[in-house]
Amino acid sequence: MITAPQLEIAVLLLGMAILMFEAFATRVDKRVLAFAAIVGLALILIASFFVSPTPSPDRATGLWNFYTADKLSVFFKQFALLTTIFVLIMMIDYAPVVRASFPGTTDGLGEFFSVPIFTCVGLMYLVSAVDFIFIFVSLELVTVSFYVLVSFTRKNPVTLEAGVKYLVLSALSTAFLVYGIAWIFGATGQTNLQRITEALANPNTDHSAALLGVVLVLVALGFKIAAVPFQIWVPDVYQGAPTPVTAYLSVGSKAAGFVVLLRVLRPFVTLPQMQRLLVLIALLTLIYGNLAALPQGNLKRLLAYSSIAHSGYLLIGVVCLDGNAVVFYLAAYFLMTLLSFAVLVIVAQQTGEQISDFDGLAKRSPFLAFAMLIGMVSLAGVPFTAGFLGKFFIFYAAILQRQIALVVIGVITVGCGFYYYLKVVRAMYWQPANKAENIPISGLSRLAISALIAATIWLGVYPQPILNMLKR
Amino acid sequence: MILFVIFCPIIAAILIMVGAPARKTALAASVLTLAAALFLLASFQLLQRDFQHVTSFTISPEWHLSFSTGVDGLSLAMVLLAAIVTLAAVWFAGKIEKYEKAFYACLLFISGGAIGAFASIDLFFFYAFHELALIPTFLLIGIWGSGNRIAAAWKITIYLAVGSFILLLGLILLYQSVPAASRSFDIRALQAAASLGQISADAQRHIYLLLLIGFGILTSLFPFHTWAPEAYAAAPAPAAMLHAGILKKFGLYGLLRLAIPMLPEGARHWTNLLVVLLLANIIYVGLVTIAQKRLDWMLGYSSVMHMGYIFLGIASAGILGVTGAATMMFAHGLSIALLFALAGELRKRTGTLIFDELGGLAKVMPFAGLAFGLGAFAAIGLPGFANFAGEIMIFFGAFKNGWEIGRFHIFQVATVLALWGVVFSTVYMLRAYRKAFMGMLNERWNGLVDLRTGLRVPVALLVGALLWYGFFPQSFVRMITPAFRTYLTANK
Repeated sequence: MITAPQLEIAVLLLGMAILMFEAFATRVDKRVLAFAAIVGLALILIASFFVSPTPSPDRATGLWNFYTADKLSVFFKQFALLTTIFVLIMMIDYAPVVRASFPGTTDGLGEFFSVPIFTCVGLMYLVSAVDFIFIFVSLELVTVSFYVLVSFTRKNPVTLEAGVKYLVLSALSTAFLVYGIAWIFGATGQTNLQRITEALANPNTDHSAALLGVVLVLVALGFKIAAVPFQIWVPDVYQGAPTPVTAYLSVGSKAAGFVVLLRVLRPFVTLPQMQRLLVLIALLTLIYGNLAALPQGNLKRLLAYSSIAHSGYLLIGVVCLDGNAVVFYLAAYFLMTLLSFAVLVIVAQQTGEQISDFDGLAKRSPFLAFAMLIGMVSLAGVPFTAGFLGKFFIFYAAILQRQIALVVIGVITVGCGFYYYLKVVRAMYWQPANKAENIPISGLSRLAISALIAATIWLGVYPQPILNMLKR
Repeated sequence: MILFVIFCPIIAAILIMVGAPARKTALAASVLTLAAALFLLASFQLLQRDFQHVTSFTISPEWHLSFSTGVDGLSLAMVLLAAIVTLAAVWFAGKIEKYEKAFYACLLFISGGAIGAFASIDLFFFYAFHELALIPTFLLIGIWGSGNRIAAAWKITIYLAVGSFILLLGLILLYQSVPAASRSFDIRALQAAASLGQISADAQRHIYLLLLIGFGILTSLFPFHTWAPEAYAAAPAPAAMLHAGILKKFGLYGLLRLAIPMLPEGARHWTNLLVVLLLANIIYVGLVTIAQKRLDWMLGYSSVMHMGYIFLGIASAGILGVTGAATMMFAHGLSIALLFALAGELRKRTGTLIFDELGGLAKVMPFAGLAFGLGAFAAIGLPGFANFAGEIMIFFGAFKNGWEIGRFHIFQVATVLALWGVVFSTVYMLRAYRKAFMGMLNERWNGLVDLRTGLRVPVALLVGALLWYGFFPQSFVRMITPAFRTYLTANK
């Protein structure tokens, strides 16, 4: 039997091996490294289905004090692995852009393919973390590797701007996180989430100090999940970063943020102020994300605002403390966002990132246009796609808890969403094409995109596999 | 067999997308669909109240969600309507200049979605199938539309998307309103729970209001109707036929299927509101229709106006009125499809639908003139057409509701006012007929050719169905009344 920590160790070894190989084998085509990483991660993904269960939290000792392998974390480890695999596939398509940004040299690509593996380790640790110290360390592993990735094509001033913005604001949010943890530790004397719950049940604990601490932690996590008012960095960084990295940020980083949020909030839900604060954040995020997305003409920026908007819907699930709805939404979000980015990476190299660059795509590449169509209608929430069921479960939870304000704003913003997502559909199908030639797609990308289309529809019609996985 | 009726258009659409010849596949699929629907009709047991031809696949046991399909008299009538109109729409579509495959695929997706919604006995799929039509409608109007197509496409899409999400809230609330143990998406189970009184009066009021707004938007109930005329004017004729003929009936069907059996208290509570709105549909929109200067806008508004009658039948909540509403849904679907088809043919030949530019066309297109006349007479509600049967049942049903000697209640007043709607529709339909087909022939149109023999087949199909159920409404009434008999009494 495999134990859960072995998965991270395996990924870590894989990353180091690829980095070492890259350092010594200077002559090989660097894309070989990406293929090796994909194969390695796929093997670990398979292994992750045979993980033995974790000891129960009250009898935990040693490592298990700050590390858990419950169903949620195993599910998200698989999630992180799959995300990384798809991001690596996108990176292979994106390689010419990276190479072009380092004229005259051969270096660069090797790190571009190996750094995501370390991010993946960070994400996998993060979803297992049940101790604030461990949460902090793994969050930093994720963030530091993203510093590198976001500003990877550093000769491009827009990318550099994105990198600096991300670095500064991320560091600031980290500071908030540490400060918040310190307050919670001061109030409860614990860093383990389970023990904090017990300490909070004790009437002698200073609840207002703990509350201040968790609000500070919320600031840091709000930065990670792009919740209003901590979303300012998102549009610029998403637009400036290399497209596969943007996809990684919006899927991997966000999913991990929400898992941590669910775990961290659990001890504090008994505090009534918490709920009100979260409702307010969710409302603001929904309104800001959807309204700001309406006028966007750049698709990457549009997806950035859409990512804020989806954080709003996810936060509705968090407010209702319906972990399953949040997880299902994240799974759906994973599929449809990666699908959109995968098409964007390919099309953007031929024409550009503006929505008008997608004009007439249906003529030039019916396959890519159809893939984008599925991605967009799923993001908008049309039935028989995963995105609709995600929204369905979220709204179900909100109605069950009678969160009227969230439901009303949610429905109005869904209407906004239809407008800006269908703008892309309109460009692809209504408008005449600027160029006539077909767009080439590599076999691997075609396979990956087909798999994502199939999964988006499959999950929209038959959600039971995910529901079962969460029940187990 | 019922699965075949639903999936035949959808599979044909997918086949067309991957490369099958568009028009032939679409025609074959719609003929097969109609044949299968007729087979369902022939093998339908009239006296049985339950759903028939039931098939069911479990999707999620803990949510009590399954893909269940089946028909009772009401849904069978709607499936039949959908199959007839689909065949006519595909037949009329003809050769398409650009993206022919996508055009036919979109038409078939709309049709398959509508049939799926009518034949689902699971709340989730009932909802989801209807939404299948959303994106194809957006594309149909956007790519192949005419006039102000861009604004029209956005308007219909946003309206319908928001309307259906409001509807979704209502459906979720309905699902949650029964005790946790008996929660189910199965409409039969929900009806059983409702008949045991498990849905509290308070919940019924909330759910009914949400359903009324949601379904009202989808059905162009005043004041949510503004998307409809614009979209129908801009849409290519087959899309307008499908949308006005079938898809708009989904909202009404939903009220008949869910609100009447499950939410009687909610219906009672909101009766006055609904009556006011539907009178606005009949009188206000009726007057607006008279003011129209273009045939396509006039037809669009007239279809909004006729929804008012159907809502009156539903609001009356008696078996006569509700049966009349169902008959009217069927009849209106056929007649409006016929009129939109002919308007589309006119547009194809003349390039304009402005009344002042048309005139005397019956001289050069006698068959089209005859067909338009029949369609207009049907829409007015002349005896002999199915519309008459529907309207008279609605009016009698509504008038009888709460009737006391010597005193007029809201329904009596509403019926009197609604009868004026018949006058309005006579005015605008006959005026349109006179302006387009009678009078002096504009010289520009001397060279126009009449409908080909091939195109006379779908016209005959639609007119034949209208006349058949106009002269023998009993065959239709016998089919659909058992669906309501459990919930409504005849003497109310």
